[in-house]
Amino acid sequence: MDRFVFLTVDGLSRGAVYAAFALALVLIWRAARVVNFAQGAMAVAAAYVAYTVSTATGSYWLGFVVAIVAGLLLGALVDRVVMRHVDHASPLNPVIVALGLVLLIQAVLGMVYGSEFRPAEAPFSRSALTVGGVAVLSPYDLFVFATIGVVVSGLAWMFARTPVGLRMRAAAFAPEVSRLLGVNVGGMLTLGWALASGVGALAAMLVLPTELGLHPHAMDLVFVSAFTAAVVGGLDSPPGAVVGGLVVGLLLSYVSGYAGSDLTPLAVLVLLLAVLLVRPGGLFAPVAARRV
Amino acid sequence: MSATRAAVPPRHRLDHPGGRPVDRRRGSTLLRHLAVVLAAGLLLVAVSYAVEPFRNFQLATVAAYLCATAGLTVLTGLNGQLSLGHGALMATGAYTVALCQTAFADRGMTGGWLLPLSLGAAIVSTVAVGAVVGVAAARLRGPYLAGVTLAVAVVVPALAVTFDGVFNGEQGLSVPVEPPPLSLGPYFPYERWQLWVTGAATLLALLLLANLIRSRYGRTFRAVRDDEVAARLAGIHVARTQVLAFVVSAATAGLGGALLAVLAQSVSPGAFSLTLSLFLLMAVVIGGLGRLTGALWGAVLLVALPDLTHSLTDTLTLSPAVAQRLEGNLPLAIFGLTLIVVMIAAPGGVQGLLSRLGRALLARRPTRRS
Repeated sequence: MDRFVFLTVDGLSRGAVYAAFALALVLIWRAARVVNFAQGAMAVAAAYVAYTVSTATGSYWLGFVVAIVAGLLLGALVDRVVMRHVDHASPLNPVIVALGLVLLIQAVLGMVYGSEFRPAEAPFSRSALTVGGVAVLSPYDLFVFATIGVVVSGLAWMFARTPVGLRMRAAAFAPEVSRLLGVNVGGMLTLGWALASGVGALAAMLVLPTELGLHPHAMDLVFVSAFTAAVVGGLDSPPGAVVGGLVVGLLLSYVSGYAGSDLTPLAVLVLLLAVLLVRPGGLFAPVAARRV
Repeated sequence: MSATRAAVPPRHRLDHPGGRPVDRRRGSTLLRHLAVVLAAGLLLVAVSYAVEPFRNFQLATVAAYLCATAGLTVLTGLNGQLSLGHGALMATGAYTVALCQTAFADRGMTGGWLLPLSLGAAIVSTVAVGAVVGVAAARLRGPYLAGVTLAVAVVVPALAVTFDGVFNGEQGLSVPVEPPPLSLGPYFPYERWQLWVTGAATLLALLLLANLIRSRYGRTFRAVRDDEVAARLAGIHVARTQVLAFVVSAATAGLGGALLAVLAQSVSPGAFSLTLSLFLLMAVVIGGLGRLTGALWGAVLLVALPDLTHSLTDTLTLSPAVAQRLEGNLPLAIFGLTLIVVMIAAPGGVQGLLSRLGRALLARRPTRRS
């Protein structure tokens, strides 16, 4: 029972990070109809920038802020320099370009930093506090929950309540009409990429201390898990991404806790296939939204 | 497979909309392809005597990659399905050939028929895996399909570590291969023999693929790619066509992986990482989607680019640590950058550029004569 509680908390903590990462995927999908396969690599790049700043200044928090800023800038840059010029007539084209970005970013990181694992420091203790003799939350878990909670509710508030959020939604759903009504559709798209990439960088900062550390490929498996989370929720639904993230986090935690951590990639694949075969649009997708 | 005769008049061909009519040459497609393959085989034998052993080994590697890229071209270029998991399918073939060859060697069996048997087993096992993934893939579109195949690419190498009793974890397995037959003489270079074996297997696979592309099945592949609804209205079973395309390309990927394992005489999960899958996709896109010649350019690039960057880093005087970092990553960076530029500027790839150039030259010639 203790073990179950521990695994559940651990799963929720990981799941919160997957949820943020999946949310970033959903943001770009809704705005531009592109699944950003380069998101993991972009997030690692931001984390490396943070590592450089942290080791130079000795301040974790300065690195943390720099990572998010670097993520925002990188997202805007990728949209302006690359994605804007891709022919979106076939859904394959942006995917292939994103994969080119993955190779390019990982190779550049490997050239600059080398391909050994570097330790990613955590700002709080990762040893669990005990409540009534049962090991439950670590301070770091609390930090993760709080940060993700602030980000998710902040995004929800921005989209639902602010004029910028309204413009972004309008630009994503009816670009032509919004353009006629004076919305800067291209700018909204860039903003969407920047926000998504910033959230991705934040998620990388939160997840890397719990993994092996910094490495150009450190986010490959995290990306696959987050993609699964986004698909479980249906790529179009932000609440679905959050729920999907938590589900995937719990599943991975139970599988690695009870069956061994080597099996977690297989569990992700099985979940992904199962969801897609039963409901190809994801669990939260509206029924009529399927396109041919 | 009625690969011999195209019953469709040239006007209705789907493969080059608005371009030159492809079917100008009369006669049997099979015979024409056989002639090309024979000529290529003779050329390969001649080249294998002309160049040094290391180049022979490189050419053999090109042939092994060509097997996989040709299959991926059929899948992605002709059927419009994106697969990021072909590295994993290659791993399936490679591990099968390793297990078979080890089993044969353990039982003390020898003979020229063992390697073809192992390669056949590799194809069969990859077809099985490809059918499973293909059935799932036939229901999925665009990014969903890419995501699932991406997961396959990540998972399959991880399986080798999980079941390390069979697959020996990160170290991988060795692939015992017999020396060239004694009838070729005692001093026959091993690399030349490797080129012959991989070249023969790849040419056979290419012959089958080329005929498949020209057959009824090839036309249904393209019809499904171009317009699924129209294809369904025309009586094509879309899902079945997609599964068939996936299985065919899986079989060639498995053969390619098996050939690579035979060449390296070892197989490990590190050799079949996600990066290899991305490399394969890159290769077919840069080579030119939808044409087997594009797959050839891609396979050549896959072998030549690391070699070129190696000689480049050799000429620069760098500290060993920096040189090592550059050598592993520079080809990746160049590949990634080329891919982005090609997708944005020249979606036809190398082969698209070449045929545009060729057409421009052809178009100019009659005016000069008149």
